[in-house]
Amino acid sequence: MDVVQLSRIQFALTISFHFIFPAVTIGLAGLIAIVETMRWRTRRDVYDRLSVFLTKLFAVTFVIGVVSGIVMEFQFGTNWATFSGFVGDIFGAPLAAEGIFAFFLESAFVGIVLFGRNRVGSTVRWLAGVLVCLGTTISAFWILVANSWMQTPAGFKIVTDANGVSKAQMTDFWQAVFNPSTLPRLFHTLAACWVVGAFFLMGISAWYVLRHRNSDVTAIALRLAVIVAFLGSGLMFVSGDLQTREVQANQPLKFAAMEGVFHTEKGVALELIGLPPSQSGPAAIPPLAIPNGLSAMTNLDPNSEIKGLDQEPDTSLWPPVTLTWMSFHLMVGLGVLMMLLMLFGAFFWWRRSLDSSVWWLRFAVLAIPLPIIAVELGWMTAEVGRQPWIVQGLMMTSKGVSPGVSATDVGISLIAILLVYALLFFLWIYALTKEIGRGPEAAPGVVAGPAAPVVAALPTAGQSGEGN
Amino acid sequence: MPSLQTVWFLLIGLLFIGYAVLDGFDLGAGIVHLFVARNDAERRSVLNAIGPVWDGNEVWLITGGGALFAAFPLVYATVFSGLYLAVMLLLGALILRAVSIEFRSKETNRLWRMAWDAGFALGSALAALLFGVALGNIVRGLPLDDGGVYRGGLAGLLNPFSIVMGLLTLGLAAQQGSSWIVLKTEGALRTRAQRTGVASTLVVIAAWLAATGIAWFDSNRVFDNFARNPLAWIGPLGTAVALASMLYAYRRRQEFLAFVLSSVAIVGLAATAGATLYPNLVPAVDASRSLTVNNAHSSDTALTVMLVIALVGMPIVIAYTAFIYWKFKGKVQLDEAGY
Ligand code: HDD
Ligand code: HEM
Ligand code: HEM
Repeated sequence: MDVVQLSRIQFALTISFHFIFPAVTIGLAGLIAIVETMRWRTRRDVYDRLSVFLTKLFAVTFVIGVVSGIVMEFQFGTNWATFSGFVGDIFGAPLAAEGIFAFFLESAFVGIVLFGRNRVGSTVRWLAGVLVCLGTTISAFWILVANSWMQTPAGFKIVTDANGVSKAQMTDFWQAVFNPSTLPRLFHTLAACWVVGAFFLMGISAWYVLRHRNSDVTAIALRLAVIVAFLGSGLMFVSGDLQTREVQANQPLKFAAMEGVFHTEKGVALELIGLPPSQSGPAAIPPLAIPNGLSAMTNLDPNSEIKGLDQEPDTSLWPPVTLTWMSFHLMVGLGVLMMLLMLFGAFFWWRRSLDSSVWWLRFAVLAIPLPIIAVELGWMTAEVGRQPWIVQGLMMTSKGVSPGVSATDVGISLIAILLVYALLFFLWIYALTKEIGRGPEAAPGVVAGPAAPVVAALPTAGQSGEGN
Repeated sequence: MPSLQTVWFLLIGLLFIGYAVLDGFDLGAGIVHLFVARNDAERRSVLNAIGPVWDGNEVWLITGGGALFAAFPLVYATVFSGLYLAVMLLLGALILRAVSIEFRSKETNRLWRMAWDAGFALGSALAALLFGVALGNIVRGLPLDDGGVYRGGLAGLLNPFSIVMGLLTLGLAAQQGSSWIVLKTEGALRTRAQRTGVASTLVVIAAWLAATGIAWFDSNRVFDNFARNPLAWIGPLGTAVALASMLYAYRRRQEFLAFVLSSVAIVGLAATAGATLYPNLVPAVDASRSLTVNNAHSSDTALTVMLVIALVGMPIVIAYTAFIYWKFKGKVQLDEAGY
């Protein structure tokens, strides 16, 4: 394999791995902010214990997110040097802004949340929780600005320097930041992360109920998670719809690949379930489809025209159709599945039988990984659908790699990363199961309030082991 | 008025200095903890002394990397792709130490804790060493080809000057870490940390002299700015004064002052490195291929935007970082929230 292919595999592997952890921590940080607010307002001990428990889950996830994130930060330079030189004028600013506005904030106040609970008063503790949540959100914003600019570049011009090397140069910062796909992508991705966090907590609480380890804490956790998961799953459709329209407007070829439309036609059907198309044409057995559905959905007119892949006669500029179609349809499919689960959940809640609906609780446990998988599939849709471009319309992926790096170098790093990440993933699961096994009951009773911020009974913080 | 490019040269210098001073002490804590902490309680004291802040310290590196990407994209691209395997090794070291800090306390098993303690030490030492080796190669000048690409591989980075520079940064981190442990702990632990602190200062002085000597015979360009501009001498002189006073402060048991002086020594050495480099960022063996503040920078628009971001953001960052350190001031107590 050549450097380009190896670097692509390495990038896809490292970013897909990294994104698992921010997705969970962004979601958990939102939940922590909510619970901390309730603790601060009501001063009830339940919220305190729930918050401490959530913080523990957050801590083990955060650290893996941090270490895999550092790899990302430097990988543009190590593996994509030509790309970095080409886009640096625009792409660097959001990365630096992410550090300055988000990572500093996040890591500073994570220190308070994990270690400083007994050193600060109730209000500062609450503020720290909210600021961590704000930090994760801002970091998502800036990194998505960078990514969105690669999808729909704006606010730049192409210049050629003395050596004949051309590069993108910033002409308008705000246009580059709020390029056409930034806001839809931010909305959809943040909603996805909340769903990830909510399903995570919902599954864990459901497991406690099934194991008869339910308590006042798990009762609140389950209900909070169900509310957020229900609203979040709904938001996925709204924001996903906006995303799809944005893609159709700005990356029509990606849209055609997502929907498997090869020929520009009127009254195109909406494919639901079936075998994926191949690179050159639709699947031999036609998928189950709603006649005229796609035309109706996209243009609100069942007979309107949809541009197919044939709008681009040069097939070498087509994205990998099969993979794009599959990842998109699987993501939407999972979204439907999750929505169904939540509709049943809402029904049982209305019937006041949430805690006794054994089958529903079992499905809630099994559903923990579903949104994470959907998130990964969503990114595959977005990134694979952009190929063969690394920056849409401006630079080919194959032209972006580092000139001085050999296939052997990347081979070595790829294998090392694979091994290390496998170990990290295992450690993460191990630490999570350990914290979950110990449960929120293990958290100490801590009376919150400005006068008596914290009692000195301890092991509290995220990392405290038995040794404490 | 210095040009925008020069301002960014200085600002990126400040970010990396912030990293060296702050992450310096938690890397250093990792380097020396096997020597100074003899039992589980002492190990946990060392970890708790850095626990709330090490992640924030590392953000200085992340932000420095981002700022370098934004202000001097060609430098970011050339250095990180040129030093490919070394960077990968560095990332591995940073992962190892972070994970060791986090997972050590998850089990009480002795073997488990020993393994993670070793990982913490190894990862920290390797990272500190690699920073110096990389800096050494940059100060010395990279053999860039006519496309501006370094093709020497990992082996090409191992030369006497760079290895000595690696020992220098290793010693500096150990010194910084020791003085932090002295500041944050009590009893036998504190006494031993003071000893490793003095020992690592001796390593620093030896490596510094050796590096200067090798550079003298190797490439005189390194000294150009010192001949041209007397201001360049502030760095080395400041370092010498700081190191001497630090040893004195230890004897007077002025812990906080010793830590500050150790930090000043790091700033001084970083300023020295900056003074040998400017206006180069990556000097090439063939000087016409060097990346300088004048040929590797981003557009004025981008640099201005970045300046606004930095001027708005960094004061706030510094304010709440100071707040966090203030909240965690004083000696570590093991009965508190921690590892
Ligand atoms: C919980 C996870 C999740 C769920 C259930 C969905 N998505 Fe999604 N989707 C994501 C998580 C996600 C994501 C990870 O957040 C992505 C990756 C890139 C992005 O902007 O968001 C994404 C990308 C993404 C894209 C590609 C954007 C691009 O190429 O630039 C489209 C068109 C949609 N989504 C549309 C949908 C629709 C119509 C859904 C209907 C249910 C849906 N998504 C469910
Ligand atoms: C700011 C955010 C992101 C940036 C700047 C970015 C950038 C890139 C780059 C440079 C590549 C080139 C390699 C290639 O084309 O193969 C790529 C590919 C890829 N990225 Fe992203 N990415 C981002 C976010 C993500 C996320 C969060 C994921 C998934 C979780 C992801 C998944 C992928 C995948 C799967 C590929 C491989 C596509 C292929 O090779 O066909 N990306 N991305
Ligand atoms: C959509 C894509 C991404 C999002 C939303 C995102 C978000 C986050 C978040 C929330 C964190 C905090 C740690 C955690 O919560 O686990 C984090 C860590 C990190 N991410 Fe990502 N990230 C994305 C992709 C990337 C990419 C492409 C890069 C590379 C430039 C990157 C660089 C980093 C770094 C350096 C850290 C460590 C920060 C620290 O020490 O706190 N991330 N990321």
